[in-house]
Amino acid sequence: MNAVNNGTRKAEPAAYTAKASLTQPVLSVSNLTKTYGRKTALNNVTFDIEPGRIVGLLGTNGSGKSTLMRIAAGLAQPSSGQVTVAGEPVGVRSKGLVSFMPDAPVTEDWMRIKDAMGFYRDFYADFDSAKASEMLQFMKLNPDDRVTSLSKGMKERLQLTLAFSRRSKLYLLDEPIGGVDPVARGKILDAILEFYDEDSSVVITTHLVRDIERIFDQVAFIRNGELVLMDEVETLRTRTGKSVDELFREVFAE
Amino acid sequence: MSIEFDNNLPIYLQIMNYIKRQIVSGILAPGDKILSVRELAAELQINPNTIQRTFQELEREEIVETRRGLGRFVTSEESKIMEIKKEMAGELLEKFVQGMKELGFAERDIVSIVSEAVEQEGEAHERSK
Repeated sequence: MNAVNNGTRKAEPAAYTAKASLTQPVLSVSNLTKTYGRKTALNNVTFDIEPGRIVGLLGTNGSGKSTLMRIAAGLAQPSSGQVTVAGEPVGVRSKGLVSFMPDAPVTEDWMRIKDAMGFYRDFYADFDSAKASEMLQFMKLNPDDRVTSLSKGMKERLQLTLAFSRRSKLYLLDEPIGGVDPVARGKILDAILEFYDEDSSVVITTHLVRDIERIFDQVAFIRNGELVLMDEVETLRTRTGKSVDELFREVFAE
Repeated sequence: MSIEFDNNLPIYLQIMNYIKRQIVSGILAPGDKILSVRELAAELQINPNTIQRTFQELEREEIVETRRGLGRFVTSEESKIMEIKKEMAGELLEKFVQGMKELGFAERDIVSIVSEAVEQEGEAHERSK
C-alpha cells in the first residue's frame, strides 16, 4: 500500500452514528425538475448528501443521472426546485465548491500532463499542489508525458487526479471507471479511498455497480428522471440479502 | 490472509469475522496494534465508514480497544480470545452437525464418525513426523 502520511487527511471519519442533522448537507436537492422542451429529464427529485459520504448515483443511459450531475456542478439550471451546495444555491458562487470530473477529457491535445496540472493551478484558487503531486506519483503518471499518448486507463487516472487536486466540498465523478481495464479500475478505486477528504462528499455515477459498490456509503437509483430508491448500502444488504448490483438489475430490468 | 467479499451480506460483518480469524490464528497477537480506518479501507478497498462501523462493533464486543492518541489494539485478555475461538468453533460445529443430519446420520453415528476421523487424522500426523 502506498501510504501517504498527512495528519489532517488521515484523520478518521467522525463517529458512524453521530452524523447527519447537526451538519449541513454538502448537497441538498429539493423538488428538482428539469425539462428540455417537452422532455422531462428529472422529475421532482429530493435528497440530501451529508459530509464524508461516498454516494453512488446509479442509473442506465438516459436515466437523468448526468443531468443531475451537471445541475449540481452549476453547468445547467433547474427548471424548478432548489439545489444547494454547502448551503449555496447552485450558480456562479457554488462552482467554487464543486469539483466536477466529466466523462469527456478536460485536457487539450497539445498538453503534457504538467501543462494540464498548470492549467488547473492557474484556473482554480483551491488547487492543492502538494496533493496533486502526491496523486500523480500514486497514479504512476509522468508529468512529461503527452496527454494524447495516454491509454484510456491512464487518461481516467489523470482526470481523477485533476478533479481531486482541488480542495472542494463536493466531488462529482461522472463514470470514472467506464471502459477501463481492471487494473486501472482498481487503481482508481484505491485513489478515491486514499485521497478523499472526510469533510467533503463524493458522488459517483456508474453502471458498473459490481466493481465499485463496496466503496459506497449510499446509493441512489435514478430511473426515467425519478429517484426510485436511496439508502445506505449496508442497510440494503441486511434488509434484502442482496447485493446492490443485484438490486440494480432488478430495478432496471426491462 | 486475504478476504473475498460477498456483496450479498453486510460487509462490516465479513470484516469483523476476518479480523477475528486473524486473531484466533495468531496473525494478530494479543496487544497488537491494528491498522487505522483509512489504512484498512485502502487495503481492502472498502468504504471507510464501513470499516469505522466494524471497529465500533469489535470495541463493543471488547475484542479491540482504543487507547487515546495511540490507536486501536487487539485485546490482551486471553479469555476474550478463547471466547472468540469457542464462538467460531460453535458456528463450524453447527454447520457440520446440520450437514450430517441432512445426509441422514443419527446423532450417535455422528459422534463415532467424528472420533474416528480425529483418530485417523492424529495417526496420519504421527506418521508424517
